[in-house]
Amino acid sequence: MSARFEPRTARAQVAIAGARGVTAGVLSDQPRRDVVRNSVFASLLFLAVVVGLAGLALLVGDNLVKGWPRLNADLLTNGTSSLPANAGLRSAIVGTLWIMAFVILFIVPVGVGSAVFLEEYASRESRLARAVEVNIQNLAAVPSIIYGLLGLAFIARGPLSLGFTVLTASITLALLVLPVVVLVAREAIRAVPSSIREGSLALGATRWQTTRRQILPAAVPGIATGVILAISRAIGETAPLIPLGAATFVTYDPSGPMSGFTAMPLVIFNWVKQPQEEFQVLAAAGIVVLLAVLIAMNSFAIWLRNRYEQRW
Amino acid sequence: MQAGDIAASGPGAITKPRLEAASPRYGEKLIIGMLAACAAISVVTTTAIVASLLVPSLDFFGDVPIGDFLLGTDWGPTFTPPTFGVLPIVVGTLSITLWSLAFAIPIGIGAALYLSEYASRRTRKLVKPVLEILAGVPTVAFGFFALVFITPAIQDLWPGFLGDGPGIFSALAGGLAIGLLIVPIIASVSEDAMSAVPAGLREGAYALGATKAKVASRVVLPAALSGVVAAVILATSRAIGETMVVLLAAGNTPNLTFNPVEAIQAMTAFIATTATGDIATGSIAYKTVFAVALLLFAMTLLMNHLSIKLVRRYREVYE
Repeated sequence: MSARFEPRTARAQVAIAGARGVTAGVLSDQPRRDVVRNSVFASLLFLAVVVGLAGLALLVGDNLVKGWPRLNADLLTNGTSSLPANAGLRSAIVGTLWIMAFVILFIVPVGVGSAVFLEEYASRESRLARAVEVNIQNLAAVPSIIYGLLGLAFIARGPLSLGFTVLTASITLALLVLPVVVLVAREAIRAVPSSIREGSLALGATRWQTTRRQILPAAVPGIATGVILAISRAIGETAPLIPLGAATFVTYDPSGPMSGFTAMPLVIFNWVKQPQEEFQVLAAAGIVVLLAVLIAMNSFAIWLRNRYEQRW
Repeated sequence: MQAGDIAASGPGAITKPRLEAASPRYGEKLIIGMLAACAAISVVTTTAIVASLLVPSLDFFGDVPIGDFLLGTDWGPTFTPPTFGVLPIVVGTLSITLWSLAFAIPIGIGAALYLSEYASRRTRKLVKPVLEILAGVPTVAFGFFALVFITPAIQDLWPGFLGDGPGIFSALAGGLAIGLLIVPIIASVSEDAMSAVPAGLREGAYALGATKAKVASRVVLPAALSGVVAAVILATSRAIGETMVVLLAAGNTPNLTFNPVEAIQAMTAFIATTATGDIATGSIAYKTVFAVALLLFAMTLLMNHLSIKLVRRYREVYE
């Protein structure tokens, strides 16, 4: 945000720096004290950035070093086992893929539908629109473990009674990440200029034709960003799956929506809890795999957003 | 427009064009209905959450007086005889939250100020996405990190004059890990608020002779305060609801203390250890879990409400 004049050549830079220094020296009352204060303040702030980033870098590095001995293809192809030497992530990866397939089937239509309704159809005064808006804000703040209890009481048992299955886990996680999709998709739809909307309507297109052929295609990058961020959140969530019975050992590969489930963060969590040293190594290696997937997805989402930001 | 309309209007009259569609467009109405149904799912979800928490909780408060629950200092719902004073685990949650905020607020706001006021455009463009990406690190990774890195590090570095250091489980290790987890939230959201402060305010302060440090701390920070406070509240509600880190690093011993080196039990950890798949519906343990969850839900809802209100009230609208 600085509005400083940035000189191009080195000579001009030196000259201007000199002139600034002289002017500052002549005009300011307490140059030395201010200079010291300023640099102390700036270094403290810089330290904050360094500490924040270093902590997170340490987390990644520590797992990489500890998990290194087990970071090989066997980790991905071995199934669940109570022997650390034979244990791997295969069942967990298959389970995560199944769960995510149904999460996507659920959040894309429902998330985009909600966003379109709120931005294109609902009037500001509509009671439903206002209720939905407040609800989404509140839902985004509900702790994830509470979604797990919702899944236990309403989806696994109670009204839906789906049991402890892939589908139960999918619906629970989908409800958890739905606010992310809706919030980001709304922003993307809002960013489409109204001239496009009005132009389409003026040519005689109906509301839905306008939405379907003009607004949604223009908002696709933003919506995709939201969906990817939501999925990456869902992949990394452990807490909501614990009440769904996943703390128990699933020794087979999940094979469909009604099969028992397991997921990558859950298997890692189980490994962390084991007392043997080898399982700690395995847990670190598993975390590295999970981190790699999530960081790749988030990077892609953020790249996508920045790439298509402000095209209008 | 139909021919009949014009013929009926007679000569000399100004024809009023019909603006509504020529056909009833049932498809469009159906689509509106479907979109509204999508939007309604969020309302249904909230209702389902409240219902699923409230029903077993009401049952619970039939067995245990609500005063004993909220004010009791003895927590042992699975002991014989069971005790249901929730304060120790509430204090556990608050203690963890407090230590995490003590770490994350200065780091997060400092980083935001640096990025918005001091960093070059290039640094900012590099660091901000990195922060956003790191916000996606799964919480189980933070829990593991707290257990195998932060705790041993604190034990090694613990200065003797402070008394006994932390054991394997401590509120401090959990708090630090959660602090690390919420730094990106505070930094990212605060930086957005600081970048939105108009350059005119800064330039006005410079013109009056303020130094850069003064501009940052006395102009930009106060002007962005509503956004910064919202970021902190958002992070607080994240810390209160965080499960995996407290489960792995802070222990499972209900303990009525703010002492950072002692093992504690947080509300989320109690829920996660008690509500596993094989818990019997309707048992006292089941009902207790939902009562604790209801309290947790109320706490985060209150924080969220507070944040929305604060932002609305103190928002400075520029341009």
